[in-house]
Amino acid sequence: MTIQEIQDEIVEEFNLFEDWMQRYEYMIELGKSLPLIAPEFKTDDNIIKGCQSKVWVHAELKDNQLLFSADSDAIITKGIIAILIRAFSNQHPKDILDADTNFIDQIGLKEHLSPTRANGLVSMIKQIKLYAIAFQTQLN
Amino acid sequence: MTYKEIDSKKVRADFPILSREVNGQPLVYFDNAATSQTPQQVIDVIVDYYSRYNANIHRGVHRLSQEATDAYELARQTIQTHFNAAKAHEIILTSGTTHAINIVASGYAALLKEGDELVVSAMEHHSNIVPWQMLCEKTGAQLKVIPMTQLGTLDMDAYDALLNKNTKLVFVNHVSNALGTVNPIEEIITKAHAVGAKVLVDGAQAAPHIKADVQALDIDFYVTSAHKLCGPTGVGMLYGKQDLLNALPPYQGGGEMIAEVTFAKTTYADLPHKFEAGTPNIAGGIAFGAALDYMNEIGFEAIAAFENELLVYATNELEQVEGVQIYGQAPEKTAVLSFNVKGIHPYDLGSILDQMGIAVRTGHHCAQPIMDFYQIPGTVRASFSFYNTKEEIDRMLVALKRAISMLQ
Repeated sequence: MTIQEIQDEIVEEFNLFEDWMQRYEYMIELGKSLPLIAPEFKTDDNIIKGCQSKVWVHAELKDNQLLFSADSDAIITKGIIAILIRAFSNQHPKDILDADTNFIDQIGLKEHLSPTRANGLVSMIKQIKLYAIAFQTQLN
Repeated sequence: MTYKEIDSKKVRADFPILSREVNGQPLVYFDNAATSQTPQQVIDVIVDYYSRYNANIHRGVHRLSQEATDAYELARQTIQTHFNAAKAHEIILTSGTTHAINIVASGYAALLKEGDELVVSAMEHHSNIVPWQMLCEKTGAQLKVIPMTQLGTLDMDAYDALLNKNTKLVFVNHVSNALGTVNPIEEIITKAHAVGAKVLVDGAQAAPHIKADVQALDIDFYVTSAHKLCGPTGVGMLYGKQDLLNALPPYQGGGEMIAEVTFAKTTYADLPHKFEAGTPNIAGGIAFGAALDYMNEIGFEAIAAFENELLVYATNELEQVEGVQIYGQAPEKTAVLSFNVKGIHPYDLGSILDQMGIAVRTGHHCAQPIMDFYQIPGTVRASFSFYNTKEEIDRMLVALKRAISMLQ
Protein backbone atom coordinates (compact mmCIF):
# COMPACT_ATOMS: atom_id res chain seq x y z
CA MET A 1 0.00 0.00 0.00
CA THR A 2 1.19 3.53 -0.63
CA ILE A 3 1.53 5.99 2.21
CA GLN A 4 -1.51 7.86 0.90
CA GLU A 5 -3.62 4.71 0.88
CA ILE A 6 -2.62 3.84 4.42
CA GLN A 7 -3.38 7.37 5.55
CA ASP A 8 -6.82 7.26 3.94
CA GLU A 9 -7.45 4.00 5.73
CA ILE A 10 -6.48 5.52 9.09
CA VAL A 11 -8.79 8.50 8.49
CA GLU A 12 -11.62 6.14 7.64
CA GLU A 13 -11.05 4.12 10.80
CA PHE A 14 -11.07 7.23 12.97
CA ASN A 15 -14.32 8.37 11.38
CA LEU A 16 -16.03 5.18 12.50
CA PHE A 17 -15.85 6.26 16.14
CA GLU A 18 -18.64 8.29 17.67
CA ASP A 19 -16.61 10.38 20.06
CA TRP A 20 -13.11 11.18 21.20
CA MET A 21 -13.25 8.91 24.23
CA GLN A 22 -13.60 5.99 21.80
CA ARG A 23 -10.77 7.34 19.68
CA TYR A 24 -8.60 7.61 22.77
CA GLU A 25 -9.49 4.02 23.67
CA TYR A 26 -8.41 3.02 20.17
CA MET A 27 -5.12 4.94 20.47
CA ILE A 28 -4.42 3.25 23.82
CA GLU A 29 -5.03 -0.13 22.18
CA LEU A 30 -2.67 0.81 19.35
CA GLY A 31 -0.14 1.94 21.92
CA LYS A 32 -0.18 -1.46 23.55
CA SER A 33 0.55 -3.16 20.22
CA LEU A 34 3.36 -0.82 19.15
CA PRO A 35 6.36 -2.72 17.71
CA LEU A 36 8.88 -2.05 20.42
CA ILE A 37 12.31 -0.67 19.84
CA ALA A 38 15.17 -3.06 20.66
CA PRO A 39 16.66 -2.16 24.07
CA GLU A 40 20.06 -1.29 22.56
CA PHE A 41 18.43 1.53 20.57
CA LYS A 42 16.58 2.95 23.57
CA THR A 43 19.34 5.46 24.11
CA ASP A 44 19.37 9.16 24.89
CA ASP A 45 20.48 9.82 21.30
CA ASN A 46 17.22 8.36 20.06
CA ILE A 47 14.99 10.45 22.34
CA ILE A 48 12.92 12.95 20.39
CA LYS A 49 13.32 16.46 21.69
CA GLY A 50 10.15 18.50 22.10
CA CYS A 51 8.03 15.71 23.57
CA GLN A 52 6.84 16.01 27.16
CA SER A 53 6.84 12.28 27.67
CA LYS A 54 9.91 10.29 26.64
CA VAL A 55 9.82 9.04 23.06
CA TRP A 56 12.49 6.91 21.43
CA VAL A 57 12.47 6.28 17.67
CA HIS A 58 14.91 4.09 15.76
CA ALA A 59 15.08 3.64 12.00
CA GLU A 60 16.88 1.13 9.83
CA LEU A 61 17.03 0.48 6.12
CA LYS A 62 16.11 -2.95 4.78
CA ASP A 63 15.71 -3.67 1.05
CA ASN A 64 15.54 0.06 0.34
CA GLN A 65 12.70 0.47 2.78
CA LEU A 66 12.81 2.33 6.05
CA LEU A 67 11.67 0.40 9.11
CA PHE A 68 10.76 2.30 12.27
CA SER A 69 10.52 1.04 15.81
CA ALA A 70 9.73 3.17 18.84
CA ASP A 71 8.72 3.34 22.47
CA SER A 72 7.42 5.85 24.98
CA ASP A 73 6.78 5.93 28.70
CA ALA A 74 3.23 7.21 28.07
CA ILE A 75 0.67 4.91 26.46
CA ILE A 76 -1.27 7.53 24.46
CA THR A 77 2.02 8.76 23.04
CA LYS A 78 2.75 5.17 22.06
CA GLY A 79 -0.59 5.09 20.28
CA ILE A 80 0.25 8.22 18.34
CA ILE A 81 3.60 6.81 17.29
CA ALA A 82 1.92 3.56 16.32
CA ILE A 83 -0.29 5.54 13.92
CA LEU A 84 2.74 7.34 12.47
CA ILE A 85 4.72 4.11 12.11
CA ARG A 86 1.83 2.45 10.34
CA ALA A 87 1.74 5.34 7.88
CA PHE A 88 5.46 5.65 7.26
CA SER A 89 7.22 2.37 8.10
CA ASN A 90 8.12 -0.11 5.35
CA GLN A 91 8.31 2.67 2.79
CA HIS A 92 11.01 4.02 0.54
CA PRO A 93 12.76 7.05 2.09
CA LYS A 94 11.86 9.19 -0.91
CA ASP A 95 8.17 8.32 -0.56
CA ILE A 96 8.34 9.25 3.12
CA LEU A 97 9.93 12.58 2.23
CA ASP A 98 7.29 13.31 -0.43
CA ALA A 99 4.32 12.23 1.70
CA ASP A 100 2.09 14.90 3.11
CA THR A 101 0.76 14.64 6.64
CA ASN A 102 -2.76 15.96 6.07
CA PHE A 103 -4.28 12.89 7.63
CA ILE A 104 -3.29 14.20 11.05
CA ASP A 105 -5.55 17.22 10.50
CA GLN A 106 -8.25 15.10 8.90
CA ILE A 107 -8.60 12.88 11.96
CA GLY A 108 -8.60 15.99 14.15
CA LEU A 109 -5.81 14.59 16.29
CA LYS A 110 -4.06 17.87 16.87
CA GLU A 111 -7.08 19.67 18.33
CA HIS A 112 -7.69 16.80 20.69
CA LEU A 113 -4.18 16.67 22.02
CA SER A 114 -2.89 19.04 24.66
CA PRO A 115 -0.65 21.73 23.14
CA THR A 116 2.45 20.01 24.53
CA ARG A 117 1.39 16.73 22.98
CA ALA A 118 0.57 18.41 19.67
CA ASN A 119 4.09 19.88 19.64
CA GLY A 120 5.43 16.42 20.40
CA LEU A 121 3.48 15.07 17.43
CA VAL A 122 5.06 17.66 15.15
CA SER A 123 8.50 16.71 16.54
CA MET A 124 7.84 13.03 15.85
CA ILE A 125 6.86 13.69 12.23
CA LYS A 126 9.92 15.89 11.84
CA GLN A 127 12.14 13.12 13.20
CA ILE A 128 10.64 10.56 10.81
CA LYS A 129 11.29 12.91 7.88
CA LEU A 130 14.83 13.56 9.12
CA TYR A 131 15.52 9.84 9.15
CA ALA A 132 14.15 9.66 5.61
CA ILE A 133 16.50 12.44 4.48
CA ALA A 134 19.48 10.74 6.10
CA PHE A 135 18.79 7.36 4.51
CA GLN A 136 17.85 8.88 1.16
CA THR A 137 21.30 10.46 1.08
CA GLN A 138 22.81 7.01 1.71
CA LEU A 139 20.85 5.56 -1.19
CA ASN A 140 21.91 8.26 -3.65
CA MET B 1 -12.60 31.63 65.43
CA THR B 2 -15.72 32.51 63.52
CA TYR B 3 -15.92 32.94 59.83
CA LYS B 4 -18.55 33.38 57.20
CA GLU B 5 -19.53 30.29 55.26
CA ILE B 6 -18.81 30.19 51.55
CA ASP B 7 -22.04 30.16 49.57
CA SER B 8 -20.88 28.07 46.59
CA LYS B 9 -23.84 28.86 44.41
CA LYS B 10 -23.48 32.59 44.93
CA VAL B 11 -19.69 32.56 44.54
CA ARG B 12 -19.76 30.44 41.37
CA ALA B 13 -22.21 32.83 39.76
CA ASP B 14 -19.46 35.48 39.91
CA PHE B 15 -17.23 33.47 37.54
CA PRO B 16 -18.62 33.39 34.00
CA ILE B 17 -16.02 30.84 32.83
CA LEU B 18 -17.33 28.22 35.25
CA SER B 19 -20.49 27.82 33.20
CA ARG B 20 -18.73 26.85 29.98
CA GLU B 21 -18.36 23.36 28.57
CA VAL B 22 -15.22 21.51 27.56
CA ASN B 23 -15.43 18.54 25.19
CA GLY B 24 -19.20 18.53 25.65
CA GLN B 25 -18.99 18.35 29.45
CA PRO B 26 -19.42 21.09 32.05
CA LEU B 27 -15.97 22.37 32.92
CA VAL B 28 -14.39 21.23 36.18
CA TYR B 29 -11.49 23.60 36.72
CA PHE B 30 -8.85 22.13 39.03
CA ASP B 31 -5.79 23.98 37.75
CA ASN B 32 -6.09 26.87 40.19
CA ALA B 33 -2.49 26.63 41.35
CA ALA B 34 -1.46 27.59 37.80
CA THR B 35 -4.03 30.34 37.30
CA SER B 36 -7.16 31.22 39.20
CA GLN B 37 -10.30 32.26 37.38
CA THR B 38 -11.51 35.85 37.20
CA PRO B 39 -14.79 37.03 38.71
CA GLN B 40 -17.09 39.37 36.80
CA GLN B 41 -16.35 42.10 39.37
CA VAL B 42 -12.69 42.12 38.26
CA ILE B 43 -13.49 41.77 34.55
CA ASP B 44 -15.78 44.80 34.94
CA VAL B 45 -12.95 46.87 36.39
CA ILE B 46 -10.75 46.10 33.36
CA VAL B 47 -13.56 46.90 30.93
CA ASP B 48 -14.35 50.10 32.84
CA TYR B 49 -10.73 51.24 32.62
CA TYR B 50 -10.54 50.81 28.86
CA SER B 51 -14.06 52.20 28.37
CA ARG B 52 -13.77 55.32 30.51
CA TYR B 53 -10.31 56.40 31.56
CA ASN B 54 -7.55 54.64 29.59
CA ALA B 55 -4.56 57.01 29.80
CA ASN B 56 -0.92 56.98 30.74
CA ILE B 57 -0.23 57.55 34.41
CA HIS B 58 2.01 59.75 36.55
CA ARG B 59 2.72 62.45 33.96
CA GLY B 60 -0.34 63.63 32.11
CA VAL B 61 -1.94 66.91 33.15
CA HIS B 62 -5.29 65.95 31.75
CA ARG B 63 -8.28 64.52 33.53
CA LEU B 64 -8.08 60.95 32.20
CA SER B 65 -4.45 60.63 33.21
CA GLN B 66 -5.31 61.89 36.68
CA GLU B 67 -8.14 59.38 37.06
CA ALA B 68 -5.96 56.52 35.85
CA THR B 69 -3.12 57.57 38.19
CA ASP B 70 -5.50 57.79 41.14
CA ALA B 71 -6.95 54.36 40.44
CA TYR B 72 -3.50 52.82 39.99
CA GLU B 73 -2.16 54.34 43.20
CA LEU B 74 -5.32 53.36 45.05
CA ALA B 75 -4.68 49.77 43.92
CA ARG B 76 -1.15 50.03 45.34
CA GLN B 77 -2.64 51.11 48.66
CA THR B 78 -5.09 48.21 48.58
CA ILE B 79 -2.16 45.84 48.09
CA GLN B 80 -0.23 47.62 50.84
CA THR B 81 -3.12 47.26 53.26
CA HIS B 82 -3.72 43.65 52.30
CA PHE B 83 -0.15 42.59 53.04
CA ASN B 84 0.20 45.16 55.84
CA ALA B 85 3.28 46.83 54.36
CA ALA B 86 4.41 49.88 56.34
CA LYS B 87 4.49 52.15 53.28
CA ALA B 88 2.75 52.14 49.90
CA HIS B 89 6.04 52.77 48.08
CA GLU B 90 7.38 49.48 49.42
CA ILE B 91 4.97 47.82 46.97
CA ILE B 92 6.53 47.63 43.50
CA LEU B 93 4.10 46.60 40.78
CA THR B 94 5.71 44.10 38.42
CA SER B 95 4.67 41.87 35.55
CA GLY B 96 4.47 38.96 37.97
CA THR B 97 6.38 36.85 40.48
CA THR B 98 9.19 35.97 38.07
CA HIS B 99 9.80 39.63 37.26
CA ALA B 100 9.76 40.50 40.97
CA ILE B 101 12.32 37.81 41.83
CA ASN B 102 14.54 38.96 38.99
CA ILE B 103 14.53 42.55 40.28
CA VAL B 104 15.97 41.35 43.58
CA ALA B 105 18.32 38.74 42.12
CA SER B 106 19.68 41.15 39.56
CA GLY B 107 20.09 43.91 42.16
CA TYR B 108 22.00 41.65 44.52
CA ALA B 109 24.69 41.20 41.88
CA ALA B 110 25.98 44.59 43.03
CA LEU B 111 25.87 43.60 46.71
CA LEU B 112 27.43 40.13 46.76
CA LYS B 113 31.01 38.98 46.55
CA GLU B 114 32.78 35.67 46.15
CA GLY B 115 32.39 33.47 49.21
CA ASP B 116 28.92 34.78 50.05
CA GLU B 117 26.26 32.12 50.36
CA LEU B 118 22.64 31.91 49.26
CA VAL B 119 20.20 29.36 50.62
CA VAL B 120 17.32 27.98 48.56
CA SER B 121 14.82 25.26 49.39
CA ALA B 122 14.63 21.97 47.48
CA MET B 123 10.98 22.56 46.67
CA GLU B 124 11.17 25.80 44.71
CA HIS B 125 9.57 26.65 41.39
CA HIS B 126 12.20 27.08 38.66
CA SER B 127 11.54 30.84 38.77
CA ASN B 128 12.92 30.90 42.32
CA ILE B 129 16.00 28.86 41.37
CA VAL B 130 17.27 30.00 38.00
CA PRO B 131 17.61 33.78 38.71
CA TRP B 132 19.74 32.92 41.76
CA GLN B 133 21.90 30.50 39.81
CA MET B 134 22.50 33.31 37.33
CA LEU B 135 23.36 35.58 40.24
CA CYS B 136 25.86 33.02 41.57
CA GLU B 137 27.49 32.78 38.15
CA LYS B 138 27.89 36.55 38.07
CA THR B 139 29.18 37.02 41.61
CA GLY B 140 30.90 33.76 42.58
CA ALA B 141 28.46 33.33 45.46
CA GLN B 142 27.49 29.76 46.42
CA LEU B 143 24.02 28.25 46.29
CA LYS B 144 23.12 25.90 49.18
CA VAL B 145 19.98 23.78 49.19
CA ILE B 146 17.68 22.96 52.14
CA PRO B 147 16.80 19.30 51.52
CA MET B 148 13.25 17.97 51.71
CA THR B 149 11.78 14.92 53.41
CA GLN B 150 9.67 12.11 51.96
CA LEU B 151 6.54 13.78 53.34
CA GLY B 152 7.30 16.88 51.32
CA THR B 153 8.45 19.11 54.17
CA LEU B 154 11.73 20.96 54.56
CA ASP B 155 14.47 19.41 56.68
CA MET B 156 14.78 22.20 59.22
CA ASP B 157 17.78 20.67 61.03
CA ALA B 158 19.65 20.74 57.75
CA TYR B 159 18.58 24.37 57.33
CA ASP B 160 20.12 25.27 60.70
CA ALA B 161 23.37 23.66 59.60
CA LEU B 162 23.44 25.64 56.33
CA LEU B 163 23.21 29.05 57.97
CA ASN B 164 26.40 30.89 58.86
CA LYS B 165 27.86 34.40 58.80
CA ASN B 166 28.45 34.14 55.03
CA THR B 167 24.75 33.55 54.34
CA LYS B 168 23.40 36.69 52.70
CA LEU B 169 20.03 35.63 51.36
CA VAL B 170 17.50 32.87 51.86
CA PHE B 171 14.68 32.39 49.38
CA VAL B 172 11.87 30.00 49.94
CA ASN B 173 8.29 29.63 48.85
CA HIS B 174 5.61 30.12 51.44
CA VAL B 175 3.72 27.24 49.80
CA SER B 176 5.09 24.69 47.33
CA ASN B 177 3.33 24.79 43.96
CA ALA B 178 3.90 21.10 43.25
CA LEU B 179 3.01 19.71 46.68
CA GLY B 180 0.97 22.34 48.52
CA THR B 181 3.29 22.20 51.55
CA VAL B 182 3.03 25.30 53.77
CA ASN B 183 6.61 26.07 54.78
CA PRO B 184 7.45 27.40 58.26
CA ILE B 185 8.50 30.83 57.02
CA GLU B 186 8.36 32.42 60.45
CA GLU B 187 11.04 30.06 61.73
CA ILE B 188 13.03 30.35 58.50
CA ILE B 189 13.02 34.15 58.77
CA THR B 190 13.92 34.30 62.47
CA LYS B 191 16.87 31.97 61.97
CA ALA B 192 18.09 33.74 58.84
CA HIS B 193 17.93 37.11 60.58
CA ALA B 194 19.94 35.70 63.48
CA VAL B 195 22.93 35.30 61.13
CA GLY B 196 22.25 38.59 59.36
CA ALA B 197 20.77 37.09 56.17
CA LYS B 198 17.75 38.53 54.36
CA VAL B 199 14.78 36.43 53.23
CA LEU B 200 12.75 36.50 50.05
CA VAL B 201 9.41 34.73 50.36
CA ASP B 202 7.79 33.54 47.13
CA GLY B 203 4.12 33.95 47.90
CA ALA B 204 2.76 32.98 44.47
CA GLN B 205 1.07 29.85 45.82
CA ALA B 206 0.35 31.06 49.33
CA ALA B 207 -1.27 34.42 48.60
CA PRO B 208 -4.55 32.93 47.28
CA HIS B 209 -5.03 31.04 50.55
CA ILE B 210 -3.08 32.77 53.32
CA LYS B 211 -2.96 36.47 54.02
CA ALA B 212 0.70 37.18 54.81
CA ASP B 213 1.39 40.08 57.18
CA VAL B 214 4.83 41.20 55.99
CA GLN B 215 5.51 43.28 59.09
CA ALA B 216 4.38 40.71 61.65
CA LEU B 217 6.43 38.03 59.90
CA ASP B 218 9.33 40.48 59.43
CA ILE B 219 9.60 39.47 55.74
CA ASP B 220 12.36 41.27 53.81
CA PHE B 221 11.04 40.60 50.29
CA TYR B 222 7.67 39.13 49.36
CA VAL B 223 6.58 38.42 45.79
CA THR B 224 3.37 37.21 44.20
CA SER B 225 1.27 37.31 41.01
CA ALA B 226 -2.24 38.70 40.61
CA HIS B 227 -3.39 35.87 38.36
CA LYS B 228 -3.23 33.43 41.26
CA LEU B 229 -5.53 35.75 43.21
CA CYS B 230 -8.51 36.11 40.89
CA GLY B 231 -6.70 38.95 39.12
CA PRO B 232 -5.44 39.27 35.55
CA THR B 233 -2.24 37.78 34.11
CA GLY B 234 0.80 39.95 33.51
CA VAL B 235 0.81 41.79 36.83
CA GLY B 236 2.28 41.05 40.22
CA MET B 237 4.20 42.63 43.03
CA LEU B 238 7.44 42.90 44.88
CA TYR B 239 7.27 44.00 48.48
CA GLY B 240 10.57 45.00 49.99
CA LYS B 241 11.51 46.81 53.15
CA GLN B 242 12.30 50.40 52.23
CA ASP B 243 16.00 50.28 53.20
CA LEU B 244 16.55 47.08 51.27
CA LEU B 245 14.84 48.39 48.13
CA ASN B 246 16.81 51.62 48.34
CA ALA B 247 20.04 49.63 48.49
CA LEU B 248 19.25 47.75 45.28
CA PRO B 249 20.24 49.28 41.95
CA PRO B 250 17.43 49.69 39.38
CA TYR B 251 16.57 46.67 37.25
CA GLN B 252 15.60 48.35 33.99
CA GLY B 253 16.37 51.80 32.68
CA GLY B 254 13.76 53.89 30.93
CA GLY B 255 11.05 56.43 31.43
CA GLU B 256 9.22 56.85 34.72
CA MET B 257 12.17 55.54 36.81
CA ILE B 258 14.29 58.71 36.61
CA ALA B 259 14.55 61.94 38.57
CA GLU B 260 16.75 63.81 36.13
CA VAL B 261 18.38 62.80 32.85
CA THR B 262 21.32 64.47 31.15
CA PHE B 263 23.86 62.75 28.92
CA ALA B 264 26.41 63.19 31.67
CA LYS B 265 24.39 61.61 34.47
CA THR B 266 20.96 60.33 35.34
CA THR B 267 19.59 60.26 38.84
CA TYR B 268 16.96 57.73 39.69
CA ALA B 269 13.50 58.35 40.97
CA ASP B 270 12.44 57.41 44.48
CA LEU B 271 10.55 54.26 45.33
CA PRO B 272 8.44 52.74 43.88
CA HIS B 273 9.18 54.38 40.51
CA LYS B 274 12.85 53.41 40.54
CA PHE B 275 11.75 49.85 39.77
CA GLU B 276 8.82 50.70 37.51
CA ALA B 277 10.45 51.80 34.27
CA GLY B 278 8.17 52.25 31.29
CA THR B 279 4.39 52.31 31.06
CA PRO B 280 3.11 49.61 33.41
CA ASN B 281 0.16 47.27 33.02
CA ILE B 282 -2.21 49.97 34.27
CA ALA B 283 -5.48 48.09 33.83
CA GLY B 284 -3.80 45.05 35.36
CA GLY B 285 -2.60 46.94 38.40
CA ILE B 286 -6.04 48.43 39.02
CA ALA B 287 -7.64 45.01 38.56
CA PHE B 288 -5.10 43.49 40.99
CA GLY B 289 -6.49 45.82 43.66
CA ALA B 290 -10.05 44.91 42.68
CA ALA B 291 -9.22 41.19 42.90
CA LEU B 292 -7.91 41.63 46.46
CA ASP B 293 -11.05 43.56 47.34
CA TYR B 294 -13.14 40.73 45.94
CA MET B 295 -11.28 38.06 47.90
CA ASN B 296 -11.31 40.09 51.10
CA GLU B 297 -15.04 40.56 50.73
CA ILE B 298 -15.39 36.77 50.78
CA GLY B 299 -12.79 36.58 53.53
CA PHE B 300 -9.51 34.69 53.65
CA GLU B 301 -10.48 32.73 56.76
CA ALA B 302 -13.62 31.51 55.05
CA ILE B 303 -11.61 30.70 51.91
CA ALA B 304 -8.96 28.74 53.82
CA ALA B 305 -11.54 26.80 55.84
CA PHE B 306 -13.62 25.93 52.77
CA GLU B 307 -10.63 24.91 50.66
CA ASN B 308 -9.30 22.76 53.49
CA GLU B 309 -12.62 20.97 53.62
CA LEU B 310 -12.31 20.26 49.88
CA LEU B 311 -8.73 19.06 50.35
CA VAL B 312 -9.59 16.68 53.20
CA TYR B 313 -12.57 15.31 51.28
CA ALA B 314 -10.61 14.82 48.05
CA THR B 315 -7.61 13.29 49.86
CA ASN B 316 -9.79 10.75 51.68
CA GLU B 317 -11.63 9.82 48.50
CA LEU B 318 -8.51 9.64 46.37
CA GLU B 319 -6.74 7.40 48.88
CA GLN B 320 -9.53 4.82 48.33
CA VAL B 321 -8.64 4.54 44.64
CA GLU B 322 -6.37 1.56 44.03
CA GLY B 323 -2.83 2.31 42.97
CA VAL B 324 -2.96 6.01 43.85
CA GLN B 325 0.15 7.54 45.39
CA ILE B 326 -0.19 11.09 46.76
CA TYR B 327 2.94 13.23 46.83
CA GLY B 328 3.22 15.87 49.52
CA GLN B 329 1.65 14.88 52.80
CA ALA B 330 2.87 17.68 54.98
CA PRO B 331 0.72 18.29 58.07
CA GLU B 332 0.01 21.80 56.83
CA LYS B 333 -1.04 22.03 53.20
CA THR B 334 -3.04 24.22 50.87
CA ALA B 335 -5.64 22.62 48.60
CA VAL B 336 -3.22 20.89 46.23
CA LEU B 337 -3.35 17.17 45.45
CA SER B 338 -0.35 15.92 43.53
CA PHE B 339 -0.62 12.23 42.66
CA ASN B 340 0.16 9.36 40.34
CA VAL B 341 -1.51 6.05 39.64
CA LYS B 342 0.74 3.00 39.60
CA GLY B 343 1.80 2.00 36.10
CA ILE B 344 0.20 5.01 34.40
CA HIS B 345 1.99 8.06 33.02
CA PRO B 346 0.57 11.34 34.40
CA TYR B 347 0.20 12.74 30.85
CA ASP B 348 -2.07 9.88 29.91
CA LEU B 349 -4.30 10.47 32.93
CA GLY B 350 -4.41 14.22 32.31
CA SER B 351 -5.35 13.73 28.64
CA ILE B 352 -8.25 11.41 29.41
CA LEU B 353 -9.48 13.66 32.23
CA ASP B 354 -9.44 16.60 29.80
CA GLN B 355 -11.62 14.63 27.39
CA MET B 356 -14.14 14.44 30.22
CA GLY B 357 -14.01 18.17 30.92
CA ILE B 358 -11.71 17.99 33.97
CA ALA B 359 -8.84 20.50 33.86
CA VAL B 360 -5.85 19.33 35.91
CA ARG B 361 -2.17 19.97 35.51
CA THR B 362 0.26 17.22 34.56
CA GLY B 363 4.03 17.29 34.38
CA HIS B 364 6.86 18.47 36.57
CA HIS B 365 5.10 21.74 37.53
CA CYS B 366 8.30 23.73 36.88
CA ALA B 367 9.77 22.03 39.93
CA GLN B 368 12.01 19.35 38.46
CA PRO B 369 14.13 18.96 41.62
CA ILE B 370 11.02 17.71 43.46
CA MET B 371 10.26 15.19 40.70
CA ASP B 372 13.91 14.03 40.79
CA PHE B 373 13.60 13.62 44.55
CA TYR B 374 10.65 11.26 44.15
CA GLN B 375 12.18 9.78 40.96
CA ILE B 376 9.06 10.31 38.90
CA PRO B 377 8.56 12.04 35.51
CA GLY B 378 5.78 14.20 36.91
CA THR B 379 2.45 14.07 38.68
CA VAL B 380 -1.19 14.84 38.08
CA ARG B 381 -2.02 17.92 40.12
CA ALA B 382 -5.53 18.89 41.10
CA SER B 383 -5.63 22.23 42.90
CA PHE B 384 -8.83 23.58 44.40
CA SER B 385 -10.19 27.04 44.91
CA PHE B 386 -13.04 28.43 46.97
CA TYR B 387 -15.32 28.32 43.91
CA ASN B 388 -14.91 24.55 43.51
CA THR B 389 -17.32 22.03 45.04
CA LYS B 390 -17.39 18.50 46.41
CA GLU B 391 -19.63 17.54 43.48
CA GLU B 392 -16.79 18.52 41.14
CA ILE B 393 -14.39 16.36 43.14
CA ASP B 394 -16.83 13.48 42.77
CA ARG B 395 -16.88 14.06 39.02
CA MET B 396 -13.09 13.99 38.93
CA LEU B 397 -13.05 10.71 40.83
CA VAL B 398 -15.54 9.09 38.45
CA ALA B 399 -13.50 10.35 35.48
CA LEU B 400 -10.28 9.17 37.11
CA LYS B 401 -11.62 5.67 37.63
CA ARG B 402 -12.75 5.52 34.02
CA ALA B 403 -9.34 6.76 32.84
CA ILE B 404 -7.57 4.15 34.97
CA SER B 405 -9.69 1.34 33.55
CA MET B 406 -8.88 2.56 30.03
CA LEU B 407 -5.18 2.93 30.62
CA GLN B 408 -4.35 -0.15 32.66
